[in-house]
Amino acid sequence: MKGTYLGEFEEVVLLAVAIRSGDAYGAAIVNEIEQQMDRSVSLGAVHSALNRLQEKGLVDSQMGGMTAERGGRRKRLYTVTAYGRRALEEIRQLRNQMWDAIPHTAWS
Amino acid sequence: MNHPPRPVGDAAGLPERPRPPRWATRLLHWLCPPHRAEELEGDLSELFQQRVQAVGLSQARWRYVRDVLSLLRPSLLKRDKYPRPTTTTMIRNYFKIAWRNLAKNKAFSVINIGGLSVGMTVAMLIGLWMYDELTFNTYYQHYGRIAKVMQSATVNGDFGAGEYMPLPLAKTLQTDFADDFERVVLSSWTREHILAYGDKKFTKTGNYVSPEAPDLLSLTMTKGTRAGLTDPASVLLAASVATALFGDADPLGKVVKIDNKLNVKVMGVYEDFPHNTEFREMRFMAPWDLYVSSEPWIRENAGWDNNSWQILAQIAPQADFTSVSAKIKDLRLKNVPETAHVKPAVFLHPMSRWHLYDQWDKSGVAGGRIQYVWLFGLIGVFVLLLACINFMNLSTARSEKRAKEVGIRKAVGSNRAQLISQFFSESLLVVGVAFTLSLLLVWLALPLFNDIADKKLVMPWQEPVFWLSGLGFSLVTGLIAGSYPALYLSSFQPITVLKGTSSGFRVGRFATLPRQVLVVIQFTVSVTLITGTVIVFQQIQHAKNRPVGYDRSGLITVAMNTPELFGHYNALRSELIGTGAVVDMATSSSPTTQLGSRQIGFDWVGKDPAMKEQLGVMAVTHDFGKTVGWQFVAGRDFSRTFSTDSSGLILNETAVKYMGLNDPVGKVVKWNGKPFQVVGVIRDMVMDSPFAPVYQTAFLLNYNWAGVINIKLNPRLSASESLASVEAVFRTFNPGSPFDYKFLDQQYALKFAAEERISTLASIFAVLAIFISCLGLFGLASFTAEQRTKEIGVRKVLGASVLNLWSLLSKDFVFLVLIAFGIATPIAWYFLSGWLQKYEYRTELSWWIFAASGAGALAITLLTVSFQAIKAALMDPVKSLRSE
Repeated sequence: MKGTYLGEFEEVVLLAVAIRSGDAYGAAIVNEIEQQMDRSVSLGAVHSALNRLQEKGLVDSQMGGMTAERGGRRKRLYTVTAYGRRALEEIRQLRNQMWDAIPHTAWS
Repeated sequence: MNHPPRPVGDAAGLPERPRPPRWATRLLHWLCPPHRAEELEGDLSELFQQRVQAVGLSQARWRYVRDVLSLLRPSLLKRDKYPRPTTTTMIRNYFKIAWRNLAKNKAFSVINIGGLSVGMTVAMLIGLWMYDELTFNTYYQHYGRIAKVMQSATVNGDFGAGEYMPLPLAKTLQTDFADDFERVVLSSWTREHILAYGDKKFTKTGNYVSPEAPDLLSLTMTKGTRAGLTDPASVLLAASVATALFGDADPLGKVVKIDNKLNVKVMGVYEDFPHNTEFREMRFMAPWDLYVSSEPWIRENAGWDNNSWQILAQIAPQADFTSVSAKIKDLRLKNVPETAHVKPAVFLHPMSRWHLYDQWDKSGVAGGRIQYVWLFGLIGVFVLLLACINFMNLSTARSEKRAKEVGIRKAVGSNRAQLISQFFSESLLVVGVAFTLSLLLVWLALPLFNDIADKKLVMPWQEPVFWLSGLGFSLVTGLIAGSYPALYLSSFQPITVLKGTSSGFRVGRFATLPRQVLVVIQFTVSVTLITGTVIVFQQIQHAKNRPVGYDRSGLITVAMNTPELFGHYNALRSELIGTGAVVDMATSSSPTTQLGSRQIGFDWVGKDPAMKEQLGVMAVTHDFGKTVGWQFVAGRDFSRTFSTDSSGLILNETAVKYMGLNDPVGKVVKWNGKPFQVVGVIRDMVMDSPFAPVYQTAFLLNYNWAGVINIKLNPRLSASESLASVEAVFRTFNPGSPFDYKFLDQQYALKFAAEERISTLASIFAVLAIFISCLGLFGLASFTAEQRTKEIGVRKVLGASVLNLWSLLSKDFVFLVLIAFGIATPIAWYFLSGWLQKYEYRTELSWWIFAASGAGALAITLLTVSFQAIKAALMDPVKSLRSE
C-alpha cells in the first residue's frame, strides 16, 4: 500500500482536480486550493504533487487549450482516473469509519 | 536554443501589460525540461496576471519569483521522461558501449589494461628513481654555490682526480681568494666514532668540521644555534643521535664523550640530513680545532705535501665555478713544485655534479652514476613503449570487429566527428583505468623497490608535476592508441561494411603491417634486455668466482677507535685465543677488504730511474698471515724467530711483476731511505674492487700502525657463541666502548652491491618487458586464431592435422621474432661491450649468450602462441562451421 499512500497535500490536490473537473490545470488548482483552504500554495508544490499523482496513476493528463492570459501557451489538463476516484472514496470511507468509532464520551 | 517567449499581448498589439521579472522567467526557461516548459510558463503567467489584479504588481512579482523558485525541484527538472538526444547522452552511450566491449572480451581487456598498467608502473618507478637521483643534494640551501675543492693529476698519461687535500690550501683559499669564496670549510672524513653519555654508548658516524660548516650546509637547527662549533669543546648532534643519547631530555649543555677521550658539550641539535644527500651519514659535527689538538699527527702533516682532508667551499654570489677553478688551478704546482711532472691542477667540483659525475676516465671526462640514470631512463621509456605498442596492437586488432557497429551508427545518422570522438573516448577510458591501476601498483611496489634500489622514495601525491605528466601521458597514449579506429574505421562507407558477409569485414592487408612492425620492435627490446641481463649477471658471477687469495670465512674485524685498545696486543691476543672461540688474532692498518694507503718513495736495485712508482702499503703483525690465511708463492711468512723480520717485507705477485724483480726473496727494497728485506711473496689478495686488477702491494710489520683487529673465529663453534666470548674479552679491555664488529665476507659482498643492484633492477625490468611483450603476443595470437576459425574448420574437414594447423598459426609470429632477434643482437653487442669496457676484470661476450637469449625469446614466443594455436587446432570443425 505504500506506493498508493496519499499525503495530505496530495489528497487536497486530487480533490481540487476533481472539483475543477474538465478545466483542472496548474494555475486553476492553485486558485482552487487558495480559495477553498484560504492558504497560499506555491506552484511548484502543486506541480510536484500532480506529477506524483500521475506517477501513481491517480490522475491523467493531456495538453489543452490556450488563452491570452497565458501568453498563448497551452495548458496541461488533469482528470481524475477511476483509480484516483476510488482512492478518494476509500480515504473518505476510512475517515467516516474512524469518526463513527469515536465514543460519545470523548468530547465531554 | 529557444528564446524566452514574449507575451502574446505585444505581438497582438493589445495594451501593454505588466511583466513578471524577466530574470526569473529566463532562469526557469534555462533549467526547465522542455516538455514541461510550456505548461509551467503558462501557469506562471496566468497566475501573475490574476495577482496583479488582486494584490498589486509588486506583490505579484514577488510571488512570481517564489513560484519560479518553488518549481526548481528535482522531481520537476528531471528530463528522462521524454529523453532528447544531447551531446552528454551520446557520450554516455559511448562509455556504455566501451564498457560492454570490455566486459564482453574479458581476456582482451585484462591483457590490454594489465599490460598497460604494468608498463606505466615501471615507467613511474623509474621516473621517481631518476627524479631522486637528479635532485640529490638539493636539500642544501646553497646547493648551487657549494663545491668540493679537488685536485687532479695525470700520471703516465692517465688522468686521475681526488678529493684528498692538503691542509694549508684552505687557509690560502680563504685569504688570497677572499673575493671568490664566501666560506671555506675543512672537514675530516665521515667515520665511525663512539659517542658516550653516562652509560649509553653508540657508534655513530660523524665529522670534524670548521665552525662555518653548519652555515655552509644550512643546517635546520631544532635546538641551539649553528654558531655552536666556535668553542673547541663542543658538538652538534643530529636529531636521531640526540634522541638515542638523551631520549626526551634536553640535550643542550650536556657533556658527551667522543671515542672515550674527548669531552664535548652539546651546543645544538640539527635535523638529520635526508637520505638523498651526500652528508646523510654525518650524524654529528665536532669542531675542527678539537680534531687538530687531539690528533698530534695532523700538526706533523700540516704541509702542502700531505693530502688527507676534504675542503668544501661556498663561492661568492658573483663568482662562478669555472672562473674560480681557473684561478686556483696552479696552487699545488706553486707550493709543491716537484709534482710538476704529474701536471697537478686544483679545481672546484660543484655540488650538483657530486652524485652523478663522481668518476673521471683516463682522459679526464667526468661520468659515473649518470650513465645508470640514462640507462634506466631508456629502459623505462622502452618498457612503456612496449606496453603502448601492445595496447595499440590489441585495440586496433579488436576494432576491426567493430566495423559493423560503425556501419550501423552511420546508417542511423552518426557523422564522422561523432564516431571519432566515440573511439577516442573509448580508448581514453581504458587508459584511465590503466593509469588508476598503475598508481595503485606503484604505491604497492614502492617499499620493495626502495629496498632493491636503496632509496627512500615516496609517492609524490602532492606534486602537480607528477599528476600533469601522468595525465598528460595517459592522454597521449589514449589518443595514439585510439587514433587508428577513430580515424580509419570512421571513414568506412556504411553500405560496404553492412553488405559484407557474417565473417566480418576485412580491413585489408596493409592494416596488419604496422602491427607486425610493432611486434618486431617489442621483441627487439625484449631480446636486448634479456641479453643485457644475462651478461650483467655473468659479469658479477665472474668477479665473484675470482680467487680472493685469502680465507674470508669466520673472519671478523673490530675497529681500533679508542686508546684503550692500543698497547695490549699480546694480552688481548692470548686472552682471545684462551676463550677457545678464536683461532688467531692480528692487527693491521686496514681491513683486507680495503687497501688503505698508497705510497711513493720506493727504490730497489734495477729500478728504472724514470719510473714514478707507487705501492700500496699495509702494516700487519706476525700473526696476520695465519689469521687471514694468505698463500705464499715464494719465501715465507713473518716469523718471531727471525728478529730481522722487523724490517722484513712481503710483496704480492703483482708487486713483483710491477717492480720487475726476478727471484725477489732476499732482495732489498728501500722505502724513504729505510731498507726492507723481502721475505716472501704472496698470491694476490683482492682488496679493492673485485672488478679491477689487484694493486701492487707491500706488507710490513708495524704493531703501532693499526686500524683494525682481525679475528679468525673458531669454525667448530657457532658464530653467535664465539662472538659472545669475544665480546666478553673486549668488555674487559675496552669497557668504554660498544662491541662493534664486521664480518669480512659481508664486507666483501658489499663490493658487489652496486652491480647487484643494477642486475636485480635490470632483470626485473627485463622480465616485465618480456611479460608485456608476451601478453601482447598472446592477445594477437588469440585474435588471429579467432579470425581464422572458419578457415581452420575448413582445413580440418579437408584433413589438416593439428601439427599442420599449429605451424600455420605459429609461423608468422616466429618469423617476426627471428627478425627482432636479428636486430637486437648487434644492438646488445654494441651496448654491452661498451659497458664491459669499464671493468678491467671482465667476462667475455661469447656468442652463446646471444644464441641462448634468442632461443629463449623464441621458446617463450612459441609457448605463448602455441596455447592459442593448439586450442584453435583442436576445435571441433562442426562447431566452427555451423554458425553461418
